[in-house]
Amino acid sequence: MPLTPVDTTPTESPDREYVWTLNFGPQHPATHTTLRLVLTLDGEKVLNAVPYIGYLHSGFEKLGEHLDFNQYVTIVDRMNYLSPLANEIAWHHAVEKLLGIELTPRCRYLRTILAELMRMHDHLLNLGTTALDLGGFTAFLYFFQQREHIYDIVELASGQRFHTSYTRVGGVLFDVNMDWIHRVRKFVREFPKVYHEVDRLLTKNRIFVDRTRGIGYLSREDAINFSAAGPVARASGIERDLRRDEPYLAYADLDFDVVCSRGGDCYARYLVRMQELLESLKIIEQAVENIPGGSVNIGVESDMVLPAKPAVYRSIEGLIQHFEVIMPNRGYTVPREQVYAATESPNGELGFYIVGNAETRAYRARTRPPSFIHFSMFPHLIRNHQLSDVVAVLGSINIIAAELDR
Amino acid sequence: MPDISVLKAAFSAEIAESTFRDNRRIDVPSAVVFDVLSSLKNDHGFNTLIDLTAVDWLEYEGAVDRFSVIYLLLNMDSGERLIVRTPVNLPNPQLQSVYALWRGADWMEREVFDMFGIVFNGHPDLRRILMPEEFDAFPLRKDYPLKGRGERHNFPVITRSGS
Amino acid sequence: MAVGLPENIFITQLDAAANWARSNSLWPMPFATACCGIELMATAASRHDLARFGAEVMRFSPRQCDLLIVAGRVVMKMLPVLQRIWLQMPEPKWCISMGACACSGGVFDTYAVVQGVDRFIPVDMYVPGCPPRPEQLLQAVMDMQAKVRRTGTIMGREFNIRDTPAGPTPFDREERHRIEDSQLVTLGGFDASATSFSRKGVSGNA
Repeated sequence: MPLTPVDTTPTESPDREYVWTLNFGPQHPATHTTLRLVLTLDGEKVLNAVPYIGYLHSGFEKLGEHLDFNQYVTIVDRMNYLSPLANEIAWHHAVEKLLGIELTPRCRYLRTILAELMRMHDHLLNLGTTALDLGGFTAFLYFFQQREHIYDIVELASGQRFHTSYTRVGGVLFDVNMDWIHRVRKFVREFPKVYHEVDRLLTKNRIFVDRTRGIGYLSREDAINFSAAGPVARASGIERDLRRDEPYLAYADLDFDVVCSRGGDCYARYLVRMQELLESLKIIEQAVENIPGGSVNIGVESDMVLPAKPAVYRSIEGLIQHFEVIMPNRGYTVPREQVYAATESPNGELGFYIVGNAETRAYRARTRPPSFIHFSMFPHLIRNHQLSDVVAVLGSINIIAAELDR
Repeated sequence: MPDISVLKAAFSAEIAESTFRDNRRIDVPSAVVFDVLSSLKNDHGFNTLIDLTAVDWLEYEGAVDRFSVIYLLLNMDSGERLIVRTPVNLPNPQLQSVYALWRGADWMEREVFDMFGIVFNGHPDLRRILMPEEFDAFPLRKDYPLKGRGERHNFPVITRSGS
Repeated sequence: MAVGLPENIFITQLDAAANWARSNSLWPMPFATACCGIELMATAASRHDLARFGAEVMRFSPRQCDLLIVAGRVVMKMLPVLQRIWLQMPEPKWCISMGACACSGGVFDTYAVVQGVDRFIPVDMYVPGCPPRPEQLLQAVMDMQAKVRRTGTIMGREFNIRDTPAGPTPFDREERHRIEDSQLVTLGGFDASATSFSRKGVSGNA
């Protein structure tokens, strides 16, 4: 049922001696790392919040102009560090669009499963830390245990828990085996039990509902005007999901629902993310039962992928191909064109605008960062709320400092 | 699909259109770009600004202008996308701000100002957003080196016995 | 000794008693900037439990902590904040630099990232990795405990002996001149830098 929106006209009285400023500094307990808010407060009521960012700006976009397409994937990993593989998949989606590469069916299904696992990974951490910031430590521990299982699955595929650098132009680094598939199936079987436990702990919990209901209301028009995307936009009534509207990878073959809500407040965002966990599980279950066979990388005759090691050591063509792909400015043919391609990352629409210059590195690699765009609406969301709601709202819009600052 | 000839007639400007791998793009001169964007928003339904960014063409062969500012638009109701590109040149690179059309452009324009030095007239609060306030160069320009000019290590050192 | 003591009396040195107490209750100050912060949270979560080592209490106020864990890259906008927090922590205090970015800048050799916090903050323990596995961080905490037990004193005398910057001698000539001019010290040349590297291993002997 739609909620009445909070009145956001500032109610400031002419006598302002009691108004004080609080610095919610770059180092603070709400576990959203380095962002800074300067809050103007009237007692406990927030009159204005000015965000200052840039405390984690590391020059990602400048690095994109100096690193190869396959090298930059290591940097892109470190952007939304709650779901590293989702960033890699988005980056290589854009690069493959620029180069005009069509992936093999097996690669598409594998990337879909990993993208959905990463969506669950992100939502599990976001929901866990929302509960933690509001005082509920148990949900945090339960969800972190599930994240450890996802780490195990990713480690089995790529060798690293985190920051895997797993995707490559035209495919992925390693193929997966039956052991991995059994592990994914086991995770799919066991996750719903934990989900329902945390659901029982939080969803109808009086304290949790009181702290999140009616807080941080974002109307549909404002969400469109502020360029919101992802769960934040879907919780305000915008029915847009790139997996359904502009299908990429294997989403066109799979059956899933797009989760929306008309609530627009923190509680609605919580509910949307919880339900998206179950939808992702549904996608993973379908995809893992239907993975096609065949090779996972595109053929070596396309000059874009590394040949298998036995071929490199035993045949001259393999050796030449290996040399051509690794040495800069040989091998790929990159058009001198610009392209924008977006995927539905767990946080919203993560897109890359790449300008190619006939070299194997991008001339400009711009990231469209969902956290940056969502944080700019924070002053609008927090007006006239209490100081303790700052933490609830910050948690619900899922700000990740590395994506915010790049 | 906005008809480009309609826009050309309305603004009597040279608007070129191209398509690459399902991205539709139009190139608009900087004098009319604000009017074209307002018309795209109000008359053609592009109600969301997905991204606002810039590219520095200093090291690109065959480039004519120094910068391009790029607007990525989306019609949320029909799902249609459009890319608008406009050239900007030194000295004094400036454009009119689109904050009045899409409030999401607030921080995107601040970032373009911070990284490239392009000034947006009419922006409510144009100051640096990612770099510190006292930083004076524009990092994403091609003539600024990747490792910087020594700003990153220009700080006092705290030793063990001094803390 | 032939004297039989009751169970609740034990004889030790004051230093050893203080070291035992301090090492088993290191309260971390998580200075979590980026991805290493997530591995820090994972170390504190249930599978790799940091609470077993007495370090469960992650107080976010520097006045109450004694172990600063710099987890993640530190950019030049954030460095004054880090220095301020280090100065706010009361003695005795130690610092673990977690992850490649905090140890040396990591993959980010760019205009904005400080190439190692040990250029500006005294660091006791380095944990390599990008990000380090939780087991590596637990090993670092255990090594930190061993270091405290080995070199600690009850009055903190071991903190006064290090008064030169502990970071690597910079290779860049202009940077060396800048540091030497601003602090009126002479940094070692390329020969001396070899000895300065060998003084610090991963376990960070002072």
